[in-house]
Amino acid sequence: MRFLELFARRRARRTDELAEELRTHLELAAADRVARGESPTEAAANARREFGNSGLVLDISRDQWSGFGNWLERLGQDVRIALRVLRRTPGFSTVAILTIALGIGATTAIFSVVNATLLHPLPYPRAGQLVRIEDDLAGTGSRAVGMSTPEWRDLQRSGVFEAVSPAWFDDNNMTGPARAQRVGLLIVAPNYFAMLRVKPQIGATFDSADATPGFNGQAVISDGLWERAFGRDPAIHGRFVQLDSDSYHIVGVMPRGFQAPSATRQERATEVWVAFGFSGAPLDQVSSQSRTPLFPGAFARIRDGLTLAEAQRRVDALAHALRRQFPVDYPAASGWRIRLVPLREHVVGDVRSPLLLLMAAVGLLLLIACANVANLLLARATARGREMAVRQAIGGSPSRLVRQLLTESVTLSSLGGLTGVALLLAGQRFLIRLVPAGVPMLSGISIDWMVLLFACVASAAAGIVFGLAPAMDVRRIDVTRMLKVEGRGATGTRQQKRTRRLLVVGELALSLVLMISAGLLVRSFQSLANAPLGFDARNVTIVHTRLPYPNDSTEDLYGTVGAEAPFVREVTRRAMAIPGVESAALGSGAAVPLDHPEQDQNALRVRFDGRPLDGQVPTVVTGSQVTPAYFHLLGLTLLRGRLFSDFDTDESPQVAVINQAMARAYWPGQDALGKRLKLSRRDTAWTTVVGIIADARTESLASPAIPLVYASLYQRQGKHLAIFLRGHFETAAMEKRIRNEVQTINPALPVFGAETLDDAISGSLAVRRFSMRVIELFAVTALLLASLGIYGVIAYTVSERTQEIGVRVALGAARADILRMILAQGAALVGAGVAIGLIGAVIAARAMAGMLFGVSPIDLATFAVVTTVLAVVALAGCVVPARRAMRADPVVALRG
Amino acid sequence: MSNSPPTSRIELLQGTLDFIVLQALRWGPCHGYGIAQLIRAQSNQALQVETGSLYPALQRLLRQRAVAAEWTVSENKRRIRVYRLTPKGREMLATERSKWEQLSRAIAGLMLPPAAEEP
Repeated sequence: MRFLELFARRRARRTDELAEELRTHLELAAADRVARGESPTEAAANARREFGNSGLVLDISRDQWSGFGNWLERLGQDVRIALRVLRRTPGFSTVAILTIALGIGATTAIFSVVNATLLHPLPYPRAGQLVRIEDDLAGTGSRAVGMSTPEWRDLQRSGVFEAVSPAWFDDNNMTGPARAQRVGLLIVAPNYFAMLRVKPQIGATFDSADATPGFNGQAVISDGLWERAFGRDPAIHGRFVQLDSDSYHIVGVMPRGFQAPSATRQERATEVWVAFGFSGAPLDQVSSQSRTPLFPGAFARIRDGLTLAEAQRRVDALAHALRRQFPVDYPAASGWRIRLVPLREHVVGDVRSPLLLLMAAVGLLLLIACANVANLLLARATARGREMAVRQAIGGSPSRLVRQLLTESVTLSSLGGLTGVALLLAGQRFLIRLVPAGVPMLSGISIDWMVLLFACVASAAAGIVFGLAPAMDVRRIDVTRMLKVEGRGATGTRQQKRTRRLLVVGELALSLVLMISAGLLVRSFQSLANAPLGFDARNVTIVHTRLPYPNDSTEDLYGTVGAEAPFVREVTRRAMAIPGVESAALGSGAAVPLDHPEQDQNALRVRFDGRPLDGQVPTVVTGSQVTPAYFHLLGLTLLRGRLFSDFDTDESPQVAVINQAMARAYWPGQDALGKRLKLSRRDTAWTTVVGIIADARTESLASPAIPLVYASLYQRQGKHLAIFLRGHFETAAMEKRIRNEVQTINPALPVFGAETLDDAISGSLAVRRFSMRVIELFAVTALLLASLGIYGVIAYTVSERTQEIGVRVALGAARADILRMILAQGAALVGAGVAIGLIGAVIAARAMAGMLFGVSPIDLATFAVVTTVLAVVALAGCVVPARRAMRADPVVALRG
Repeated sequence: MSNSPPTSRIELLQGTLDFIVLQALRWGPCHGYGIAQLIRAQSNQALQVETGSLYPALQRLLRQRAVAAEWTVSENKRRIRVYRLTPKGREMLATERSKWEQLSRAIAGLMLPPAAEEP
């Protein structure tokens, strides 16, 4: 502002000087005349006459001054004129501003989400160096199969990373400050916080050089937990808490808003971090030295000066060496490899494509809105043709008029953008609640300067885009012809009419693209939501509890199957006794259909009887432990053999139930019943397949054919327990009831997360549902705008051809012919729009094929239905003006 | 204007005025009115420079740094702004002049055919 002020002052001084100079000129001229003998009055008058219009001279002289000041001044003038012009046609201005407000508002809203999730740097210093490390089995297409302690050490020593820290999320039971509650716990290496380069708000984090085997007894807590469990007690440092009955002392509190980087919502909401050496108690010798996966994966910071590609290349070399060194652990066929994922991609990877899709869709919507406003402007430009001609005739240069018109459209779009952003700010709180909670960094969504800048640029660009066509038209105005036209003023130039038709065709085409994309998404969603589940989710509620996993195994009340089974039986018995409960079962976390946290150790590395370890068969299978009633409760169908019974215990032979997909995948062409396998590398006894159930979509709504193996909870332990209840009751009350029952048995156990299975399934669709709904909304808006657009063009042609139509009717044309003639014109536009739109839709559909489910990208039904809807609505937009034309009274029309 | 018939005046080609103004300043610093008078006198009243052309031309030349301006007090105690050629202005003048000479030779060749071809 200071700069502008200085600028204005300098400009004023120069103007004064120039004015003085011109005055002197006049005086000198007059003096000369007096010297030649004229009378003083005569001399002054003549001098002034000779001089000309001094104001004009001043003005055009100033025009020679350097760019910016002139530019600024003219801009100010142009904006003032533009505002005056816009005020003169309030109806037009309101419609145009609202259309643009809609486009800019929607685009900015979507951008604010994209900005917060995909563009904002992650809140860690030099976050570009941070990666997630995952092990894949390329041979079987399995990703993120887990990592072992020796692999972690290999990576630490590789020289590629500054630090590598495993991250192992788990629920935990916290007792100490209050009654038992479930907390999200992240087990990390002591270098975790140093690797992220984050500092606590109180106390300290772990000593990254700490090489204590086992847990070092320190815990860092989140700001949220500090508030919830400790009432922001400033003397928190050094306080003790019981985590799974082990005692930890709190060494630090992370700042508010700090989140653990993670792909999953649970892990991002981590409340307690504990440091672990990934060897030593409670792990036994085997677990910490074996190359069998122990934890899900690790995070790391790449050393300074190494690029991601370079790091990946070196890690590939490391993996290659390890495969040769340990052929039993990494069989050649499994294609074991280590993959580095940029941290951002890991965190937001799941929502990237839906968000980009939304951004593309809203961009189309904005284009359609622009086309609409361009059309309005063109219609008005026709009406203003005379004004433009007059202005050119009296000396307005075409370039100045173009600039004036562009200023008008940019002013218009800026007002629209301003309105859009204002609406967005007003509705911000409401809108954010519509975003599904699964979107990472949701709390970061805000209308910050980046978003505002985007809105400004988008508005300006929109103004130029829709202002260009009418502005360029000015150059083509034939001034003489225009001024000769009499009476009601000008009709549009041929060029203008063609531009308007082109705009409508473009608008229809873009709308069709958007509508077909939306149609395909809706179809996908429907086929997902309506896919036969293969199990019965109605009236099922799930409540979670978790058995402690103390570091000192002698303190573990539930250390063996034999110790855990009575608890499981007792919970089942008590649950069955609750009124309204028809049946009850327990299972491990992985047994919960569709909603189980990924951290569950449900990826089993199985060994098959009679096949060598380094055989050709993939060996990672999803598994869970359940009680016998589980299958019946969920309505899973037994096809062959038998289900578990209460008599399958730790003293009887180990048994397993598998699904058809598992049988097909691992015993193709054979009878899987009676076949033997080991469910982990540590199993000594074989487990026998005793039953085969029908495939169901318990793992993924998208596919029923994922191999699954079930073990009996009475034979194989599960720490995270899901209690399944079928019946008619109220979910929240049930959680309390179950908590009472469980805590009667053991008051140190938390009970949490009651949810109906229906809700869980619907929750797993939240992001998809959200993007579908939003695109649906965009598509409907696009359809409306496009039909308005075609209505405008047809109505305009009709009004322009009133005389011609009058003549036709007077000469005996049937009214139906008139209707047909006008509709044919509309149909031609619709036809062209549809043809182009279909091509665009095919391209768009192919691009989004990865997001579709159960519907081909070129789904004929969707294409046909959506095209029909567009055509019908667009033609309906033509019918109104066509009928008006039909009813035209020839007498009135001809008198004009 | 009163002492020359309007028909004998020459409309100045665009861009030529700048050249003429520079040319006028060759004789020494001068103010705006003086430049106009100088041009009129030197062209035998044929070139009449409108103020609406002269002052924009001066501002343009100022911006191109072909001339410099300063305020001084004239002999009859009037505050006036005088313009003078800068080195850059002299350079421009030289190139313009050689261009002009080429052009006028060419035009002269077209307008006045060689005597040999006259019948």
